[in-house]
Amino acid sequence: MLNRLPECDGEWIDRSQSVRFRFEGKTHEGFLGDVLSSALWANGVRLLGRSFKYHRPRGIYSLAGHDVNAMVEDGERTNLRGDLLPIDPELDVRAVNTAGSLERDWLRITDHFGRFMPVGFYYKAFHTPRLLFSFYEKQIRKIAGLGRVNPKGHSPHSAKDYAFCDFVTVGGGPAGLAGAIAAAEQGLKVLLIEEHPHLGGSFLWQHARDEAASRQLKDLLSRANMLENLTIRCGTQVAGWYADHWLALVDGERLTKLRATCTLVATGCFEQPAVFGNNDLPGVMLSSAARRLIYLYRVRPFERAVVLVGNREGYGVALDLLQAGVHVVAVVDLRATGEQSDLAESVASAGIEIFKHHTVYEAVASRDKKSVAGAILCPLNEHGGPESIGRVKLSCDGIVMSVGWTPASGIAYQAGVRFGYDERVEQLVPESEVDRVFVAGRAAGIFDLESQLQDGRRAGLAAAAACGRFEGEIPERPVHTGPPPSHPYPIIPHPDKKNFVDLDEDLHLADFKNAHQEGFDNIELIKRFTTVGMGPTQGKLSNFNAIRILSRLNGATINETGSTVSRPFHQPVSMAKLAGRRFHPMRRTPLHSQHLALSANMIHAGSWLRPEYYKIDESSRADCILSEAENVRSGVGVIDLSTLGKLHFYGPDAARFLEQIYTGTFSDQRVGRLRYALGCDEQGIIIEDGVVARLSEHHFYVTATSSGAAGFYRDLQRWALLFEMDVTLVNETGHLAAINLAGPKAREVLRSLSDLALDDAAFPYLGVRQGHVAGADALLMRIGFVGELGYEIHIPAGTASHVWQKILEAGRELEIRPFGIEAQRLLRLEKGHLIVGQDTDALTHPYEADLSWAIKVDKPFFVGSRSLQILAARPLTRQLVGLALPQPSKVPLPEECHLIIENGEIAGRITSVAHRTTLGQPIAMAFVTPEMARPGREVTIRVAGGKLLVATVVPMPFYDPENSRQKVAD
Amino acid sequence: MKIIHCPINGPRPLQEFHFGGQVREMPVGSQVSDAEWADYVFNRSGEPGIQSEWWYHTPSGTWFIAERDCQSDECIRTYLYGGRESDA
Repeated sequence: MLNRLPECDGEWIDRSQSVRFRFEGKTHEGFLGDVLSSALWANGVRLLGRSFKYHRPRGIYSLAGHDVNAMVEDGERTNLRGDLLPIDPELDVRAVNTAGSLERDWLRITDHFGRFMPVGFYYKAFHTPRLLFSFYEKQIRKIAGLGRVNPKGHSPHSAKDYAFCDFVTVGGGPAGLAGAIAAAEQGLKVLLIEEHPHLGGSFLWQHARDEAASRQLKDLLSRANMLENLTIRCGTQVAGWYADHWLALVDGERLTKLRATCTLVATGCFEQPAVFGNNDLPGVMLSSAARRLIYLYRVRPFERAVVLVGNREGYGVALDLLQAGVHVVAVVDLRATGEQSDLAESVASAGIEIFKHHTVYEAVASRDKKSVAGAILCPLNEHGGPESIGRVKLSCDGIVMSVGWTPASGIAYQAGVRFGYDERVEQLVPESEVDRVFVAGRAAGIFDLESQLQDGRRAGLAAAAACGRFEGEIPERPVHTGPPPSHPYPIIPHPDKKNFVDLDEDLHLADFKNAHQEGFDNIELIKRFTTVGMGPTQGKLSNFNAIRILSRLNGATINETGSTVSRPFHQPVSMAKLAGRRFHPMRRTPLHSQHLALSANMIHAGSWLRPEYYKIDESSRADCILSEAENVRSGVGVIDLSTLGKLHFYGPDAARFLEQIYTGTFSDQRVGRLRYALGCDEQGIIIEDGVVARLSEHHFYVTATSSGAAGFYRDLQRWALLFEMDVTLVNETGHLAAINLAGPKAREVLRSLSDLALDDAAFPYLGVRQGHVAGADALLMRIGFVGELGYEIHIPAGTASHVWQKILEAGRELEIRPFGIEAQRLLRLEKGHLIVGQDTDALTHPYEADLSWAIKVDKPFFVGSRSLQILAARPLTRQLVGLALPQPSKVPLPEECHLIIENGEIAGRITSVAHRTTLGQPIAMAFVTPEMARPGREVTIRVAGGKLLVATVVPMPFYDPENSRQKVAD
Repeated sequence: MKIIHCPINGPRPLQEFHFGGQVREMPVGSQVSDAEWADYVFNRSGEPGIQSEWWYHTPSGTWFIAERDCQSDECIRTYLYGGRESDA
């Protein structure tokens, strides 16, 4: 580790633990606490990755998590950023997006074709001839891309959790620390979030030489640690801010959903690069990156450095480099005024040459083109452009840029804060704070350390006041004094070399000029045409220079030019974190364990888990289903219908209310009788069907479809408000279980279990009775659910297992068997019963489904009545019919949603189908055009593989059209 | 995630609520033309500004009305249909 500096206070590395790791197949050594980039740089490795488009060599640029040209993969994980990835002994990574190896990436040849590949080139060049586009697309994707996803990779489950606080501080630098402490001292529950592994922010690298600042940091940290109501989370990113202070926090393990009352954005700034020739060569880096190398990782960044400055800060950087043993060849100041301060004097007295009103015009590449070997300096003219005379070439292996900052404003933007350009600081600053969202420190354009601390404190106290915990005076927001910390236009064109503006997407200055010439003169347009800011950093190091360039091209101010919108995520979040663990709550009926004991194959049906069928050894699924159905037709079967919606309606207006909800009449319904009920929405579309039982003059009991029950109940509650009737709704869906006992032998089974008289006179078809079944309080409805003699038994959920077992015992000799929802669907299809949502869609009205008999038009009003009146007057466009299908042959039978074709046009679709039935005949239900909807008409179905199958329209029900079986007398 | 003030249960996260659409007066069917009825059934105002909306607090089964600025997504006030206003 030839470039490692001696130990200092505040360093992040643990020198007692050296770590060996592998990069591009070679073993290197670093310390625990190093990130990949710092460890490699310490070993003299400067080529860390290749760029996205031109495959140019790239090194350390920001060392703050934005170095997306130094991305690696390890076969499992990809697109890991070298400046964020901690090293460990298991680490074995390669650079992404290289052909061959990083050192000998043969795709670097694309760099030489750069001038043939301006932005927009892909759109223009590869679309003709059209046929070749898919070929080009594959090639382009190979060349321009990032890491490879390993589809067989192991994706660890990550957890989600929830957190709550009064005040969340995003950023653990001076302003964030001061704000968190001030609020916590007023008793607020505070959460302090820092993305890096340690607190301190700019204290650690910007003020590292300042002993007073170091003491201040120690003091702040000890105060923070003493406050029990202040929680610190380092190594955690705020991925986004959502409505009402709902923040997504992401760390190595989990996604936390945080609800805060107040938010402080103290995220600091992103240092911005200067634009000059070859400004992407390894060795050209931001001043903050050089300082991070020196103070956090104790790596000497270069041997000989040229420092390009546009602010006071840069002079401090030069002194930092000097102290780290770097030979500082020159300080090159873009400003015509230069710098008048103690710092400038210290630099001059250290013997460093200062070039005032000069620029670095070009970084000179080493012979292998993989690092910096020199810098060409050039004087600037009165407009800030390069002069063609007086150029100087200096030999160096590093060029440091300290030309300005832009606020890390993403989170503040998402929280509703708007930013405007302030010429005092030459950067964007918040125009005003919004409700309980505060911005402090450098993100708000405050650069002086004391002022940052004061600003953080101000925000903390303001938050305490907003929470009702502080009534004193809130300090004023400090204002910036002195020269601006950012240069207004650190962009120097070089006609022959690439001047990079966006390193993510390999965009250079000429791309912007070309785009502008083509008419893309608006920031949103130029963004989309050039793709600036659309790479992995989302423009953190490029957007603002792009805005400066466009402003100048348009002759407009920064505020007139505007900026693009910042949306979550602020930093990339892995899919695994977002997905978390699978969490799909499912409802189980009270009979769930009974089904499992009977080897049921459970499936998801809406929000419920239900038996699809009951497995029998060696029998296929289809055989099980058919034999369950046949057993119902010939003997007796039992099915769990606990998923049905079960609603009580009480009150003098109950009948009238039901008449306004459903299409039928209920006021003349006799007590002890059942009626079919059909519900429509205001458009006249079928949304619900069920059975209404009248239990007394003012008491009805209603069943609703399993999948629609929750939504239907919600609608009913609103109608109850709007109709202003004397009716009370009670939803007993979960309180009650329901079991349907069906088949010719159903009565025989029930007789031994119930005290009720079951003969036809005492309990006729469509009757409802209350009594006992196997000792449980029960409500029994005699309905033809599956077209056989049947009883639907509603019982308290707690008694369900007992009753179920008693029924199975009582029916054992009659060979009773449970049946699942597949057999139920088959049996009901044979009876021509439609399933709302299966055989109907979002446009199906009752006239299409042959349900006009269920509509009582003589009522003054029911939901959907006016729409149905309109629909009834119009010719039908389709009708639901039954189809008799041929026996299976070489042409496969249709599946649901297969189309009916007439004269080459779509004329309908299959809604339900059964290939094997108790009738011995495959059948289906389908929508067809009205012309086709007459029995005997042949229709053509396009089945799997595009083959055509002819079926015949037949009347429904397919089975027992006289309904004699369900009405059967003793 | 947004917080909505249920008039019965106070501030609760959006996840607990179901949106019930704009509050609109249903015309008397017999007094309007087919076109007017169709306008009521199918057309909604997309005008930015404050609108009255139906919201339902699912766990407690509470329907109420929220006045919401649909441009800024800000709830101005919430109250029960024909009844009590929430504290917030």
